[in-house]
Amino acid sequence: MINRIAVAVAFVVGIFMVAQYFISSEISGRLYNLLLDYYQIIFAVTMIVGGISLVRYHGAQIRRDADSRVYSIVTILAVAFMVVSASIAGTGPTSPYQWAFNNLQAPMQATTFSLLAFFVASAAYRGFRVRSTPALVLALAAVIVLVGRSAFGDMISDKLPELAGWVLNNPSATAKRGILVGIGLGSVATALRVILGIERSYL
Amino acid sequence: MDNSTAALLGWVLLSTALILFYTLRSRREGRNLRVIPGLKAIEEAVGRSTELGKPVVFTTGWGGDIQRPTTIAALNLLRFVAARAASYGTRILFPTHDPVIAEAAREIIKTAYAEQGHPDLFRDDDIIFVSPSQFGYAAGVDGIVSRTKPGAMFLLGTFEGEALILAETGNMNGALQISGTDSTIQLSFFIVACDYTLIGEELYTASAYLTDDRRIKASMYAQDFIRLLLIIGLLILPLLALLGLDLHRSILP
Repeated sequence: MINRIAVAVAFVVGIFMVAQYFISSEISGRLYNLLLDYYQIIFAVTMIVGGISLVRYHGAQIRRDADSRVYSIVTILAVAFMVVSASIAGTGPTSPYQWAFNNLQAPMQATTFSLLAFFVASAAYRGFRVRSTPALVLALAAVIVLVGRSAFGDMISDKLPELAGWVLNNPSATAKRGILVGIGLGSVATALRVILGIERSYL
Repeated sequence: MDNSTAALLGWVLLSTALILFYTLRSRREGRNLRVIPGLKAIEEAVGRSTELGKPVVFTTGWGGDIQRPTTIAALNLLRFVAARAASYGTRILFPTHDPVIAEAAREIIKTAYAEQGHPDLFRDDDIIFVSPSQFGYAAGVDGIVSRTKPGAMFLLGTFEGEALILAETGNMNGALQISGTDSTIQLSFFIVACDYTLIGEELYTASAYLTDDRRIKASMYAQDFIRLLLIIGLLILPLLALLGLDLHRSILP
């Protein structure tokens, strides 16, 4: 019974969300904003559930796993510090919360992001090993684009940057658009399956 | 024709085609679907984890929320992966950046374990809300992968800059990796770093492939039908333009 109600709600709301995109009226605009507000409320509630789940997970890790205990302690202390400092001193530019964000969180995020450079190098090494004809084509295209788009491209030949641009704007863009058309059709078909109650994994 | 009218036409065409294909084909045996190696490898990936006695890691990426069709498609796949893992008694870890996705995944995994007759094996702590921050999430998932060394890793959903960080960490830790995303930029990273990659719409076809449900198959026939119309249009409209009939100017937005 609950499942049927959920499917009916998904159908009505889904049809409304599609219709309001094409029909602009004051009532549909208000309803649309109301539904978005409801989503924000659900998000806020699940954020609390998520926070509790995070503390429970790391609490269990502290009890169970001696090797990763220290990471879980740091996580719980960091979460507690951010919540308590924001509640007491706010989130203004001179608050401890903002200090921790600028001096701890932002540098740590930048550190993780910078790992990407090394991962790109190791992935490129594996990707460009020529084992077959398609791999040879891929490696050749990569060399043309890499060299053609760098400062060395002009030094080697005037034609190389043009060739790199041709590879990006023709074969590469064509393949990308083909994939995007498929993604568009797949997205709409998935949405339709959910609206019509064919796809019910979310229940 | 403006963008809105073109979108409406697309919706109407696809909806009509879906209903027609379902009505016409529901009583007949459907055609076989093309084999998608990434979907075929799900069994192998979960089996490998079971043999190694290691968990399976499934994550939907930082780029999408529950409203995104890619996330819904990934959760459809989670249902099958969780059912397979539950039937083998293998743990499935689900780290995520979004608390709403975490709750949906919790229900899906819990139901899968119950349906397979192993409700006692479900561990609430295995659905982990890591962090809403992109690289906090990436670092958290990397930590989980490095510590648990999973036998298989599923990277399915909307990924952004964290895609390669996660895929390379999985690769370094020896996990069999199945990935799929709607981001064309991240697809290239997945192709070089993962064992199997679902390219674009292959992710959306997963439930049709895995369930053999005729209604879902009908939606795939409908997609193919619209694709065929597009191809015919792409061939005919330039030819007509060459003959002086600028029909594309009135049809295309």
